[in-house]
Order: sequence, then structure tokens, then C-alpha cells
Amino acid sequence: MSLVPEIDFGTPAARSEKMVTLTIDGNEITVPEGTSIMRASMEAGIKVPKLCATDMVDAFGSCRLCLVEIEGRNGTPASCTTPVAPGLVVHTQTSRLKSIRKGVMELYISDHPLDCLTCAANGDCELQDMAGAVGLRDVRYGYEGDNHVKARSNGETNARWMPKDESNPYFTYDPSKCIVCSRCVRACEEVQGTFALTIEGRGFDSRVSPGMHEHFLESECVSCGACVQACPTATLTEKSVIEIGQPEHSVVTTCAYCGVGCSFKAEMRGEELVRMVPWKDGQANRGHSCVKGRFAYGYSTHRDRILNPMIREKITDPWREVTWEEAYAHTAAEFRRIQYQYGRDSIGGITSSRCTNEETYLVQKLIRAGFGNNNVDTCARVCHSPTGYGLGQTFGTSAGTQNFDSVEHTDVVIVIGANPTDGHPVFASRLKKRLRQGAKLIVIDPRRIDLVSSPHVQASYHLPLRPGTNVAVVTALAHVIVTEGLYDEKFIRERCDWSEFEDWAAFVAEPRHSPEETEALTGVPAEMLRAAARLFATGGNGSIYYGLGVTEHSQGSTTVMAIANLAMATGNIGREGVGVNPLRGQNNVQGSCDMGSFPHELPGYRHISDDSTREIFEKLWGVTLNDEPGLRIPNMLDAAVEGTFKGIYIQGEDILQSDPDTKHVSAGLAAMECVVVQDLFLNETANYAHVFLPGSTFLEKDGTFTNAERRINRVRRVMTPKNGYADWEVTQNLAQAMGLGWNYSHPAEIMDEIAATTPSFALVSYDYLDKVGSVQWPCNEKHPLGSPIMHTDGFVRGRGKFIRTEYVATDEKTGPRFPLLLTTGRILSQYNVGAQTRRTDNVLWHEEDRLEMHPHDAENRGIRDGDWVRLASRAGETTLRALVTDRVSPGVVYTTFHHPMTQANVITTDFSDWATNCPEYKVTAVQISPSNGPSDWQVEYDELSRQSRRIKGKLEAAE
Amino acid sequence: MSEGNKIIRMANQIATFFHSQPASEGPGGVATHINKFWEPRMRRQLFDIVDNHGGEGLDSLVLKAAPLIHRPKPAEVPPAATVSA
Ligand code: SF4
Ligand code: SF4
Ligand code: SF4
Ligand code: FES
Repeated sequence: MSLVPEIDFGTPAARSEKMVTLTIDGNEITVPEGTSIMRASMEAGIKVPKLCATDMVDAFGSCRLCLVEIEGRNGTPASCTTPVAPGLVVHTQTSRLKSIRKGVMELYISDHPLDCLTCAANGDCELQDMAGAVGLRDVRYGYEGDNHVKARSNGETNARWMPKDESNPYFTYDPSKCIVCSRCVRACEEVQGTFALTIEGRGFDSRVSPGMHEHFLESECVSCGACVQACPTATLTEKSVIEIGQPEHSVVTTCAYCGVGCSFKAEMRGEELVRMVPWKDGQANRGHSCVKGRFAYGYSTHRDRILNPMIREKITDPWREVTWEEAYAHTAAEFRRIQYQYGRDSIGGITSSRCTNEETYLVQKLIRAGFGNNNVDTCARVCHSPTGYGLGQTFGTSAGTQNFDSVEHTDVVIVIGANPTDGHPVFASRLKKRLRQGAKLIVIDPRRIDLVSSPHVQASYHLPLRPGTNVAVVTALAHVIVTEGLYDEKFIRERCDWSEFEDWAAFVAEPRHSPEETEALTGVPAEMLRAAARLFATGGNGSIYYGLGVTEHSQGSTTVMAIANLAMATGNIGREGVGVNPLRGQNNVQGSCDMGSFPHELPGYRHISDDSTREIFEKLWGVTLNDEPGLRIPNMLDAAVEGTFKGIYIQGEDILQSDPDTKHVSAGLAAMECVVVQDLFLNETANYAHVFLPGSTFLEKDGTFTNAERRINRVRRVMTPKNGYADWEVTQNLAQAMGLGWNYSHPAEIMDEIAATTPSFALVSYDYLDKVGSVQWPCNEKHPLGSPIMHTDGFVRGRGKFIRTEYVATDEKTGPRFPLLLTTGRILSQYNVGAQTRRTDNVLWHEEDRLEMHPHDAENRGIRDGDWVRLASRAGETTLRALVTDRVSPGVVYTTFHHPMTQANVITTDFSDWATNCPEYKVTAVQISPSNGPSDWQVEYDELSRQSRRIKGKLEAAE
Repeated sequence: MSEGNKIIRMANQIATFFHSQPASEGPGGVATHINKFWEPRMRRQLFDIVDNHGGEGLDSLVLKAAPLIHRPKPAEVPPAATVSA
């Protein structure tokens, strides 16, 4: 095994179609116009020495090491900043160049510490490499003069010397090693888009500085690590590299956090992970990442991980460690007993959006073929099920229409109900890059999210709507577009059903849908809404990106349809730069939906009542499948409370913390006789479990994840599972204990079965993925290379369907008892219920969930910033600390739900989307009052958790 | 909220959506939706309300849709119950 090779071409690729031919060191080479001479050389295999250039950022031309000579031109131009031209004859190595380069290197080295042997970058330092490349043999200047290297010079404190900044938990900044190449500054600006770094001072005095001479941790820095990756020296270095040393081999794999699905090289030393480095060829992230994927993997070796299976009779008993055989036999016997006693439909299971496609497929197979029912659901229920329904109805398929690259071609972007800089950071960086190039942005969100105004990015319009009025706002946008004649008639006539359009157009044109009429309801100023609609309809390629702020409403599915209508009416479907793009929360939400995790459909979104589809699986699996839809998660819990649902197998989900109306969830779980939880940690749901099966991390297994752009990415095992088995093996062993004759020896075989049964995956296999890197489904005979953009020559359903979208106020209304509206979200450093990120140093950025409220509402209640407050709804109450800010409008409050102690879902109600039962997380009527500590429920729950985490013969497990 | 009320609320929510659609699509739309997504237990509860409680609380569109909703097979009797009987 070796390190995955990556070539640094020195400058980014040029886009031009026009090709230019030139000669470099006697080699003729043809490259796109606009390519730098440095890049052209590298493509011909000629490495020009360089320090300040790297292909992740634009060239800057400051180090003067990359000079070349060009016949017929004077001087020695820098190859990184000089573009190719037809017929040029370039020399990269001449005696003149050699001596200049030596001189440059001599100056650099004279102000650089010579502790190479003990330096963390030893073996991975471009300064070292360049000293070698130019043949530097001696340095004539010592450290006696001005330098940045020594804390004391000539017996006196050296004012130029700066101490290390170790404030960031994941990397250090050692100014004494900085060569001021500004690669980090440019990476922060161009790649990440945060603009946290500057070069302070001038000339010899200049130094890199986060913000206004702050420490990294206190600065604007979001710890994405792009600067660390860009740094050619040890100045910015991962602490893990300092501690462990340089990696010796690397393996390409996929981030297990969010739906962007970034590709990484896991850089290893033996079975120890040294660092994660985003992979340049990763087609979702193009070499970038966020703090979670790059740094927050420490949970995988956290001492809280449970490594042995455990069972207990009652949830009040302490856990008892058992062998795997005993755990499987016990679970199988319990499930069979329950079915014998209460009927075949009395058990079910939940697949995980954090597990691989293969694992998800197996869990639904176990339920359908082994349990003999269709009671399978997934946590996508609580996030994006309305996307599936809404896009299925309008376009004919339940997935986003674009790839992430598409954003590079967009002109006007609507971001609605999503907070990409926190939820989908790498997508946000790519979006911000496009916005800095001049694309326009419309934000529709109750809260002033970071994108509305950040360095060099300013939204043209922010429509701060009241939570729960999405349908009214999007329909009003359509009203303006239709009544002002801004729709794309040609597109609609060609691609959609014209009479359905006419019906819809007449509907949205009704005066009651006008921005003026709906303003009182939505809180969005009519003029602003009109201007935004005009901009979207006339500003060129229009794209819509949306998140859970759209789906998690009682009208979630209706809003998705309204968004689809808007895209069709403006002709923004079926090419680059446009489209409807759901931003998926968890890493494999798309995949878990694709793999038949829903109770009404088999893999590939085929309804369970369809005889021919059932037949495919019945033949292969050798069973008769139930043709009736099964229970969805909320229905399972209802049935449990009623007494007809008694056992559940939950893989990699924490429904007690992630699902709404915690009390209802806990009542449902408490009513069951056998709750089996498979996870890394004793999560909150495990408080109610009878069997615990230890899970494995993404580093410990092979498989695939499918990201928000339908991209199937490989996950590759880099270390042995600490618990002994990958999750798919655990499911297989359980299935065998239940009498199923499964015999998969590798997840590749599971993927082969998926491909054989599911037309949209027909050509997918591990061999194929190894060859092409990744592929976007559908990937079959018709689309052998996959489908970056969907509906290019027609909608999957034939003609696009316009559907009327009537606004219906949610039943969750404010009133005298609960006068404020609570909406929820997430933040960058934490992920979902936080089970993983809370077990990393990411807690430094988010130690607790805070309640954001407007100064006006706070003042009315005598609440100051940082006070403990009681947050109550009709479902329950909790306490947390207030954060007074005008990011939220008066009447609206906002919190995250990353910490179990907060129990934000004690507050949320059991209202849900009309079509899919996706819970209405985003609107809850609440009241807020001062408080001096945790609520009774929090205290009780805390005690329950402590009790239920006891393991016989062990000290109490810590949380 | 009792589970019966929940069924009513869910059915009525679906009806509310189809009220806004062209009239011809109404009953069929509601029925198709329920047939596609409701597990037999839930449909049984719905029919119990329609058959035995005069459809009380249900939206008129749900009642119009009722004849088009598939009647689930009667609830399965668990093997244990047959043995003890
Ligand atoms: S870690 Fe990212 S945000 Fe922080 S300074 Fe480096 S590039 Fe900028
Ligand atoms: S910190 Fe690294 S990348 Fe930044 S200027 Fe210094 S040497 Fe260059
Ligand atoms: S969390 Fe998302 S954006 Fe961050 S590295 Fe992972 S996949 Fe990429
Ligand atoms: S690499 Fe070209 S000037 Fe530094």
C-alpha cells in the first residue's frame, strides 16, 4: 500500500475550449488557452520549482522561484502567472535560472529554523523539497541579524518572533516557520470563502494573522483546514501529524457526516488514522472539506464506544455483557416469540441514513423477507420524505436534479429553508465562490442566516417569512411570475402539460395569492417579494436549493411541489446551472431512501403493491412478500402505544433524540417488549432498549454512500472494526439466527444484488466504481456514465406536472399561552443529535444548545443574554440558555438540538406533513420565561439515563 | 390525543390538500393516497370510524373517498391466540 498520488499542477485548470500549442524544454504540448506555463509544464511532466503556487488557489507570483526563460522575451517571467501563448518556446532550466533560484532559496532558508529532523513536516515539506530541487548547498547568512526564528537574539527578546498559536484543537500555527507565501490566505478566501486570514505588515515584517491579530479559535476561522492543506511548510500543521508522524499509506473514502458526501484520503500509519485530507478528484467536494469531515473523527476511538453486545430483561436492569451468539439467539427468539404472541405485523425495524447502502438494503431485506412484513422506515421520514413525495408527483422521481458542479453555472440562486454554511459547508463554499463571481442570491428564511451577509457575499433579497408560511410565499412568487408574464412559455409547452399549467396559472393568479394579500400573513414585504420574483424569472440560470426548513412542516410536501412548479414555470430544469436541489441532512439520506427503506416501496422507489416488482424480489429471496404498505415510524409508535406493535430493530438511529414529541416516542418504546439498538454508543434510544448490538464506524467497513446529488461514493475500510464486525455482518448474523440462509462474504456482493434488482443501479458495481471514482444514478444501459443532471430531454414521468398549492395554516398556532414560534436548525461544528461530534473537540465551538431570541421579546420577559430560560409548548418544557440576537425576527425563537440535555424535542409536537407524516419540527408555538435551572423532566430524564447506562461489572458508563 | 383522533386528523389533512385540487381529482386522490401509504391497521381504524361511528369528524371528501379505499383483510389472528382458544 502507498499514498494515493496527487499531482499539484501549480495553478487551477483553465476552462477555455480553445487550445494552444507551445514548446517547453523541447516538448511540444497543447493546453487550453489561459493555462499557466507552470501548469502546462507539469502536464508535460516537467516540475518547475515553486513555493507560492498550488493548484487549489489562483497564482500570486510572490516567491520568484518558478521563473522561466522564453525565447524572444526579455527577463525571467514567473511561470505561475504567465499564461501560455501559441508557439512559445520555454526553457525551465538555464544557468541564469539556476543561480536566481539558489539565491531565492538561500534567502528563505536564512530566515527559517533548521530543525528539519524533528519538524512535523519532515518528509512532507515543500521548502525542503525546493532546497533539494535547486541544489542549495550552503547559506551565507546566519541568524545574527533580523529574523523570525529565535525567541531571543543577541541576548535580547526578538520582537519579530511570535509564539505558536495552539488555540485550535486540530492544528497549530508556528509563525517562525512561515515563508509568507500567502497560500493559506488565498485558500481561506478562494476555497473556503471565509476571509479569516490576512497578511499583516509589509516586506520582511509581514506575517500571517487570523482576523485582527487574534488567536485562531477566537477569530472568524471555521476550522475547515483548507489553509493547513495549502501550507507548504510546517507552519500550519495538523496536531495529529505532530503527534503521530507522517502517514505511509492512504485510502480514498467518503465522509460520514453530511449529505455533501465529500471524498477524502484517509492517511494512515498502519491502522492508525493520521489525518483526513479531502481528495482533489472527489467530484462532490473538489478537494475541499469542513471541520467535521476533516477533523472530527475522534469519536471512532472514543472510550464511550461499546464494543461488546449486551442484553437485559427490563430496561430498569443494568446491562449484561454477552457473546455475539447469545445476543443473536436471544434477539431472534424474542422476535419470533412476539410474532407468535401478537402476530406477524407486531415487529419492524428502522434503517439508518448513517449506514451504507448495502447495510440499509440488508435491514429492509431482513424485515421484508425475515419478519414477513413491510414495517420498515428510516429517519429520512423525519427530514426529507416530502422531497420524495413532492418531486415524485411533479417530476416523477424523488431526487435532486443537479450535481454540485452545476452551481458554477448558476446566475440566480434561491436558498429556502436551508443554512448551507452550517449544514452543508462545502456546498456553501462552492456557492459563495459563484456569488463572488457575480451570481445573485435570494434567501427565504425566518432567520438571517450567515449567507445573507458575509465577507464579499450579500444576498440581493432576504425574505424573512414567518415560520410555517412557505407555501404562501412560494405561491406568491409564482403569482408575480404568472401575472407579470415572466414565465417560460416555450419550455412549458415543450416539457409540461399545457392544460395543467393553465389550471395552475389561473390558480396562482388569483388575487388572494398576490404578495400584497399575503404580506400580513407571511410578514414578507410585498415589494421585496415582487422584486425577488422578477430577479429569479429574468436573471438567467435560476436554481433553487432547499433544506429541512421546507420539508419539516405540515405542508412540507406542498412546498416541495410549489418549488417544483416555480422551476418549471421559469424553465429552470434539465441543464447546468438550474434545477431543484434538496440539501440532504445526513450522509446517506438519499441512499437509504433509494434502498427501499420506506414501508410502501421496494428499492428503486417501486410500490410494494406492484406485482412485477415484488416478483423480482420474491424469486431472488425465495419468499412471498406482503403487498400492503407497512407502518411508518410515527405509526409504529402509535401502534406500540395501542399495544399492537411490540418489537423493533433500530440500526444506527437515535429516534428518542431525533424524533419529535419525545414523550410520545418514549411512551411508544416503553410499551415494546424487545427494543434492539445497534449503534456506536449507548444513545438515548438505548435507554429503552433490551438488546444492544455494538456498531462500527465508516472507517471500519466497506460500502457506498449516496450523497445529495445522487452520487454513489465508495466507503473503504481502513481499520479493523473495534467491535469485531461491520454493521452489515451483524445484520447478516441476526438474519441467520432468524433462519434466513444469507451468505454474503463482502458488501460488493450486496451491491451486485442491488444492481440486479434495481434498474437505476443496473451498471453499478465495486469494480465499476473503482474505475470511474463515483457515479450518479440512474446508471444503466441508457446512462452508462450516470446522470449528473436529470430530466435533460424530458421529465422522468413524461410531462412535468403543475400542481395547485393552496396555503393551509398549520394547526400549530400561537395564542395567549404560547405566543412565540420556535423553529430549529443546526450549526457547523455539530452533527445531527451530536452523538459523534460531541465526542470530539468540536465541542469547543458549541458547548451547549442556546435559544436565540429577539431583543424585543427578551426585554418583554426580563431576559438577558446568557440567562437560563424555560421553553414550554403544549407538548412539554425544557430549559436552556438564551442568546439575545436580532438574527431572528420578533415573535420567532430558534434553537439547535445537538445536546441530549436540551431535549429540544420535548417541545416539538406530533403534528406532521399531510402526505408523508414528516414531523413539523420547524414550527412550534412556545412560551419563554426566566428560569433558574433544569426542568423536572430534564432532571428525571438525566437520572433515567444514568440508571439505564449501568453495565454489570463495570463502572458507570460516562456520557 | 387518542389514536382514533389522530387517524381523523391525518385523513382530514389529506382531504384538505385535495380540496384545493380540481374537483374531479378529489375522492380518487384521497383514496389513492391512503391506499398507497396507510398500513392495514390504520385503514381498519378509518373504516371503523366510517362504518361504526357514522364517519364522525371526517371531512366530507374522506367520506366520498371511502368506497375507493381498499378494505384491508381482517386482522391476522396471532398463532398464540389460536392455540389458547
Ligand atoms: S481553517 Fe479554514 S476558515 Fe480557518 S483560517 Fe484556515 S482556511 Fe480559513
Ligand atoms: S502559514 Fe504556510 S501557507 Fe500561510 S503564508 Fe505561511 S508558509 Fe505560506
Ligand atoms: S460534513 Fe459534509 S461538508 Fe463537511 S466534510 Fe463531511 S460531507 Fe463534506
Ligand atoms: S510559484 Fe510562481 S512565483 Fe511562487
